Amino acid sequence: MIEFFFVFLIFGLLGLVLVFMNKILGPRKSNPTKETPFECGSPYLQDGINPFPIKYYLVAFLFLLFDIEVVFLFPWALIFKEIGTTGLIIMFAYIFILGVGFVYAWKKGAFQWEE
Amino acid sequence: MNELIIILIKIICALVWFLLLTLYLTWAERKESAVIQDRIGANRASILGIRIIGLFQPFADAIKMIFKEDFTPRFSRRFLHTLAPFLSFFFVAITITAIPFGDVLKIGKQTIKLQILDINVGLLFVLAMLSLGIYGIIVSGWASNNRYALVGGMRGAAQLVSYEVALGLSLVGLIMVFPSLRLSEIVHAQGGLLFGFLPKWGIFLQPLGLLVFFFAALAETKRVPFDLPEGENEIVGFFTEYSGLKWGLFMMTDFMEIIIVSALLTTLFFGGWQVPWLAADGFHFPWGGQWLLPHGIVVLLQVLSFNMKVIFFCWLQILIRWTYPRFRYDQVMDLGWKLLIPLSLVNIIGTGIVMSF
Repeated sequence: MIEFFFVFLIFGLLGLVLVFMNKILGPRKSNPTKETPFECGSPYLQDGINPFPIKYYLVAFLFLLFDIEVVFLFPWALIFKEIGTTGLIIMFAYIFILGVGFVYAWKKGAFQWEE
Repeated sequence: MNELIIILIKIICALVWFLLLTLYLTWAERKESAVIQDRIGANRASILGIRIIGLFQPFADAIKMIFKEDFTPRFSRRFLHTLAPFLSFFFVAITITAIPFGDVLKIGKQTIKLQILDINVGLLFVLAMLSLGIYGIIVSGWASNNRYALVGGMRGAAQLVSYEVALGLSLVGLIMVFPSLRLSEIVHAQGGLLFGFLPKWGIFLQPLGLLVFFFAALAETKRVPFDLPEGENEIVGFFTEYSGLKWGLFMMTDFMEIIIVSALLTTLFFGGWQVPWLAADGFHFPWGGQWLLPHGIVVLLQVLSFNMKVIFFCWLQILIRWTYPRFRYDQVMDLGWKLLIPLSLVNIIGTGIVMSF
């Protein structure tokens, strides 16, 4: 377990040093243009953040669903050789049910990015 | 005490290897792109007038970057703005510790594993750390308080999250074949022979899994065919408001991801440190005959084999990056959800059927 401690300590320290190195070694100059958000060279138009398409959140929900599927599949794959055909049939049923949900989301247009 | 020193030496060796390879990948990328586009590429950096085809360039870049200004824009969220590059770097860099570089090295009575963290869930550890890297992207986009940066961050998060699923599912078939999550055991399991002559590598047992894993991993590195989060000519990317070494950390993370993806491909599908027909005491050829070698040479061959495979896949990824144009966003999401995920499910079902009968 001591390896874990050392790995996290050394990599964490390295990251911290790299993040703060410019603060110690770099110069410090400021001017008004530097303080405006960078928008590809065009004049700065608007403050703050626009609302976002709901698609992104939908993708996040579907990700949750499928990632839990992956979590269930990993232990099953580990003992697959021991449980044999019975385990295979049970897992087919599970994948089938998820597949139905997947097709439903697909047909509902969850993956449709153009309006 | 002895153990402690060995662990520290191993960590430092891995770190030096990793950072040097990262630095030289930036050079390799510039040179390879130059060759592809019929240019000369970086060749100016020199020490006392000696330029060896620009081999000092990465160090010149690093020194320049160290002495840049630390600029945190006033409108940004300061704490998160500093935290984001750290998260991005830390979670990707730490995955290298779980990769086996070789088998065991015996010095006198001491047996040293050429792997830092030999965890029983090594594969899950690597996948988990790689997905935690998403936080670096989304936090940087959010903390910059810039519309383009946020668009980049959101795109990055949605893309990585989509391909995460395909990445995980494509490995299920592999675990069914080599029933272990310990990376060193997966490599050991690939040491056998198939039909008496073919090395039992993942590529021969899981070709479809390899294909899905490779595409998903390419998307995870966020480079050109899939570089929507940082497309330079539409939105500059989630690190628009970063400069100096903080920007450098994002760039390093990119190259580190290439190395990690190559190392994972090597470990899971191409036998890791295995050399075909090389056992612990030397070569045993399938056509009879053997060539016995001392322990030191065998370990050296294994480490060399791992390195060559990793460098080959780094080269391949740079080649892909400079060959293909960028996808549109809906194409990226379609490829992930509508092609790779169904394919990986088919792979699992197919593997299950083949293995039961």
